[in-house]
Amino acid sequence: MDKLFVTIGAVIAISFIAWWFFGKHTTAMVDAAVTHDKQDVDVSVSGGYTPSTVVLKRGIPAQITFNRKDPSNCLEQVVFPDFGINEFLPKDENHAVTIDTSTPGEYEYACGMNMFHGKVIIK
Amino acid sequence: MSIKNRFVFSLILSLPMLIEMVAAPFGFTLPGGAWTMFLLTTGVMAVSARPFIQSAWAAFRHHHANMDTLVAVGTATAYLYSVYAMLTGRAVFYESAAFVITFILLGQYFEEKMKHSASGAVEKLIGLQAKSADVLRDGQFTKVPLSAVVVGDTIRVRPGEKVAVDGTIADGHSSIDESMVTGESMPVTKQAGDHVIGATINGTGTFTFTASKVGDDTLLAQIVEMVKKAQTSHAPIQKTVDRVADIFVPAVLIAAILTFTVWYVLLGASLVNAMLFAVSVIIIACPCALGIATPTALMVGTGRSAKMGILIKNGEVLEAANKIKTVVFDKTGTITEGHPQVTDIVGGPEVLQVAANLEVASEHPLATAVLDKAHDTGLTPVAATDFQAIQGKGVQATVDGQSAFIGNDKLLDNYTLTPELTQQMTQLQNAAKTVVIVGQADQVIGLIAIQDAPKLSSAGAIAALKARGLRTVMLTGDNDRVARAIADQVGIDEVIANVLPGDKAAAITRLQTDGPVAFAGDGINDAPALTTADVGIAMGSGTDIAIEAGGIVLVKNDLQDVVRALELSQKTFSRIKLNLFWAFIYNTLGIPVAAGLFAALGLVLSPELAGLGMAFSSFSVVASSLLLNKSKLTSTAAPIAKVA
Repeated sequence: MDKLFVTIGAVIAISFIAWWFFGKHTTAMVDAAVTHDKQDVDVSVSGGYTPSTVVLKRGIPAQITFNRKDPSNCLEQVVFPDFGINEFLPKDENHAVTIDTSTPGEYEYACGMNMFHGKVIIK
Repeated sequence: MSIKNRFVFSLILSLPMLIEMVAAPFGFTLPGGAWTMFLLTTGVMAVSARPFIQSAWAAFRHHHANMDTLVAVGTATAYLYSVYAMLTGRAVFYESAAFVITFILLGQYFEEKMKHSASGAVEKLIGLQAKSADVLRDGQFTKVPLSAVVVGDTIRVRPGEKVAVDGTIADGHSSIDESMVTGESMPVTKQAGDHVIGATINGTGTFTFTASKVGDDTLLAQIVEMVKKAQTSHAPIQKTVDRVADIFVPAVLIAAILTFTVWYVLLGASLVNAMLFAVSVIIIACPCALGIATPTALMVGTGRSAKMGILIKNGEVLEAANKIKTVVFDKTGTITEGHPQVTDIVGGPEVLQVAANLEVASEHPLATAVLDKAHDTGLTPVAATDFQAIQGKGVQATVDGQSAFIGNDKLLDNYTLTPELTQQMTQLQNAAKTVVIVGQADQVIGLIAIQDAPKLSSAGAIAALKARGLRTVMLTGDNDRVARAIADQVGIDEVIANVLPGDKAAAITRLQTDGPVAFAGDGINDAPALTTADVGIAMGSGTDIAIEAGGIVLVKNDLQDVVRALELSQKTFSRIKLNLFWAFIYNTLGIPVAAGLFAALGLVLSPELAGLGMAFSSFSVVASSLLLNKSKLTSTAAPIAKVA
């Protein structure tokens, strides 16, 4: 009887993991707020980047302000390979990263271990 | 709380349990038994392990899973089961949870320390910058901070001081140690008119110079920018790893559940044993070694090469450099010194005068050689009039009321040489000299031989490249015979001569049919060929390096650096592959062992050992990357003897 319950439990747990991690889940996309020839967007770092995709307007100086709430040493660095940015994000503090918006395109960024991903779209 | 403090805290709380484990065979038991262990482990879980759990939960809510997920799930399972077991009077294994946390934090602590030293290259470069400069303001030299220096400022540098920014010496001379920027170990003698590089150290003389580049435009600032970009870039090989990492953690959780079910349901193991196998699987599978295998090696490799004046643009270039079959060189300025000099004049004294009159307005390097020679022999050139270019051959103009011409051997389509001159011309060309034909009133009156000698280091570099099994090719606009003679002097296999500047890229494309090609050339004139080649190596000289032009930029204009650049790229790339291999092997072998596949052979992995192994795997990957700093380069072992 025990074994039957364990088997059923295992099947349920596996299906849940597969659905939760591999299933399609929509991600939020946020446009940066433009004020006085500057655009600024906040990204919260906690178990990933929220919002994970930010949209910037081309040609306007832009800043992404990261606030890391996550204690993981994985997320303590943010790396934009296309811009040569590799910065340390202090915990529970705002840390602004300046993005060069001169060339439109989609730019991926990631944590120091490349486990969490975010995206910047410049258009 | 820092990783170090979290580690120390969990170590102190784990120690009593460790002592019990070792001393248990001798009849020692912990006072308070399971309850003491419960309190100690609860402390570890609440303080040292809490960040793992927080992070795992935050990631979970975003449909993500990372290494923290594995640590949190693994230790929480062991801990919660032990609480249940304690309350129902069964055997507990709190120590597993506590030890795993301690070992993983130990691994992370080392990893953090080593990652810091791996990424130290950029900080070291920035640290080279001078803090202040002695600038001429209102007729007096005053110390101003570096940020206040502007282009055009006159700056004084005393013995032992740092040159603040890039510029040109206005007055005085000295020897300057440029090793920190160019990798050149010998101090360089400089005088008025010579370029100086910011952050280099002045030797014994005092001089003043005019600032030409400040702030982000200086060579050092550009090097820093390039190294930063290279260190954050990804080698293409990493992309496969990323795809694996994305699905890895959930897959491991599923594997752990399967392990538990198979052991408990099918093989009839006890609940405790089945769970221990599952926990071991979760702990051993942590993919962090995989995640840091490429970035750490890339950081150390590009950082080390930057110190030698070799700037590798990104991981892609590094990987491409590994597959190179052919190295193509531009002749002038790359293999040769790039300062042509007149060696022979055939004909009367009027030959040089006519030539100088014709060349006085030209900026061609050969014209410079002719004018230098005229200047040395005390001739004053009088500019000719009515200039007319003879397409691809030379120029024609009026000198002293007579028509005169100068140009290369293609002019022989229009004019004829005496048999004697033809013979002399062949002789000179075979001696690696470029021959210029000078004529007046439709008659060839003489020849001027100009030589651009190969650099001292060229022959050695070519030999080293050939020893690495590479095919070497020289590309030049020069005459076939001259090119062949130079090629023979330095030992190059193949020569492609008579290539017009615009056709260099096309020549590279043709060579690419036989395999990937690297092209080494002047960063300023050879941009199309540099971008066409699989690996473009831009040879710089001092402050004028063209960073955009090549995948690899050499600060020094020395062919030996081409060898070093290729060797370092290969070393770094093989290190990346080695790291990835070990990280993968570790996970692929570790998981089956942890799952108890070899239990029949007596080979099992307890959760504690799995935790230790996991700490060791990231530790060994970072250590292996740091070893790149120490690896020997064959090409540096043979410096060219300086013969004064």
